[in-house]
Amino acid sequence: MQDSDSTLRFIDPETSSGEDLAGPGGDLSSGFPSPAEHFTDAPLDLNRRFIRNPAATFFARVEGNALRDEGIRDGDLLLIDKSVEAFDGCLAVCFLDGEFRLKRVEIRAGQIRLYPSDPGHGSAEKFRNEELSIWGVVVASIRKHL
Amino acid sequence: MYGLCDCNNFFASCERVFRPELNGRPVIVLSNNDGCVIARSNEAKALGIRMGHPFFQIRDLVERCGVAVFSSNFALYGDMSRRVIRTLRTMVPAAEVYSIDEAFLDLRGIALGELTPLGRTISRTVQRNTGIPVSIGIAPTKTLAKIASKLCKRYSRLEGCCLMHREEDIEKVLRKFPIGDVWGIGRKHRRMLQEAGIATAWDFTDCSAAWVRGRMGVTGLRTWSELRGEACIDFENAPQGRQQITVSRSFAHELTDRHSLHASVSTFASLCAEKLRRQRSLCGELTVFIYTNRHREDLPQYFESETLRPPVATDDTLELVSLAVQALKRIYREGYGYKKAGVSLSELTPKQGAQSDLFDPVDRDRRARLMAALDAANRQFGRDRVIVASRELDPPQMNRQHLSRGYTTDWDEILTVKA
Repeated sequence: MQDSDSTLRFIDPETSSGEDLAGPGGDLSSGFPSPAEHFTDAPLDLNRRFIRNPAATFFARVEGNALRDEGIRDGDLLLIDKSVEAFDGCLAVCFLDGEFRLKRVEIRAGQIRLYPSDPGHGSAEKFRNEELSIWGVVVASIRKHL
Repeated sequence: MYGLCDCNNFFASCERVFRPELNGRPVIVLSNNDGCVIARSNEAKALGIRMGHPFFQIRDLVERCGVAVFSSNFALYGDMSRRVIRTLRTMVPAAEVYSIDEAFLDLRGIALGELTPLGRTISRTVQRNTGIPVSIGIAPTKTLAKIASKLCKRYSRLEGCCLMHREEDIEKVLRKFPIGDVWGIGRKHRRMLQEAGIATAWDFTDCSAAWVRGRMGVTGLRTWSELRGEACIDFENAPQGRQQITVSRSFAHELTDRHSLHASVSTFASLCAEKLRRQRSLCGELTVFIYTNRHREDLPQYFESETLRPPVATDDTLELVSLAVQALKRIYREGYGYKKAGVSLSELTPKQGAQSDLFDPVDRDRRARLMAALDAANRQFGRDRVIVASRELDPPQMNRQHLSRGYTTDWDEILTVKA
């Protein structure tokens, strides 16, 4: 069975209805049939919405506030998809000078530049290194308020 | 055509995904208890570090040459393996997991001219999506595909894919391929063949079928036929994941203390494991579920389940009970009366033909004998005369001084990115 459309598995803790979950040995005695029975859609699922390619999706936490003006703050959670090709204007996790850095990507005339830029690098070397340094494109940033 | 996708230096590569500064540097991964080397990057191999090399013997070398050392991080490796397999399955009609870092690909029906480009695409895509470099071997039989993938690792100009189908090409390769490295030839047969003057895979194919059958049995003959281009080892027909073994019970009175629930879950896991062994399967996934009494709405309600995976598919009671206990720990909450609990085993695969994994944390042969003794004792003396003494504590701590983070399995250990 191809599972190219499937997402991260999660088990639905359904306790309110008379329906039993399929699988784990339970008996299937439903109560009174629900009028909504034929109209129910799957409940909203964050995984389905944000994770297109589970095998290529990784998470990271932001440290620092250099991209605060772009709405990314220290402590935010990043959802990274390594299968997405970097595009002009995307946010990307890059590996530079021995550490993971969050950068905005600019692509002009086939050249890649990363922002905020780091001082003290020669420009030709910088282009090549920066292209190679992109680890994955950031699909979403998540902030908890509780 | 059969394909074999083999991850390059898998455990070391997993570590490098999250430590890109280690690309091009010597990296080693140690066995449980940091005893010996079970994975090496190419640079570490070049320093003379062998597979199985006891760590204490190479401490000086490691320090002198700045070799990066890691303890086995099976949580990470298991997760990365799943990602690789999943990616493969989106690109080929079917992929059959063979071990934690290898999968056979069903490429039947794909035009000959399309195979190499497809192989290269698969290789590139897996590397891009997961960070793991792989080698794809494609040949008329599984045994030859394994050889092709080894070639692929050796020659970078093959760009991650080696197709071997012309007789003259196969002959050229087999003439230089040591018979001991052929899949299906174990240590005993290797010695026997060497004494008979057979050094290469080609020499072996030159033997007569009768001779091979006589000295090595049907399995030896199968390998011999496969090397000669005749496919004998097919893909597993039983689809994975269709079967499930569940043991669950409702309790006469709600259980409110952890110990009773713990004991019940351990028992269910043991019973599941017995059923598993009886049908000669291994399981790749275990789920524990607990729930409160749905019919007592005056009491607080709770349903939860947790699924865990053993590092290697298993039928071992001790391992499954330990896993079940771990799972229970994650979902148990104080303050509820639990009315029902159960353990479910899924992702069942046939036991026969399962490869014994070099990096398996469990001594399978020894465990198999223990399991057989356990089953025999219970049969003879009555149900559950011999049971696992379930512990509430975590499994015995292993010495793992160089353990990397659970980058993909623990929220507290994910990557940090500087902004």
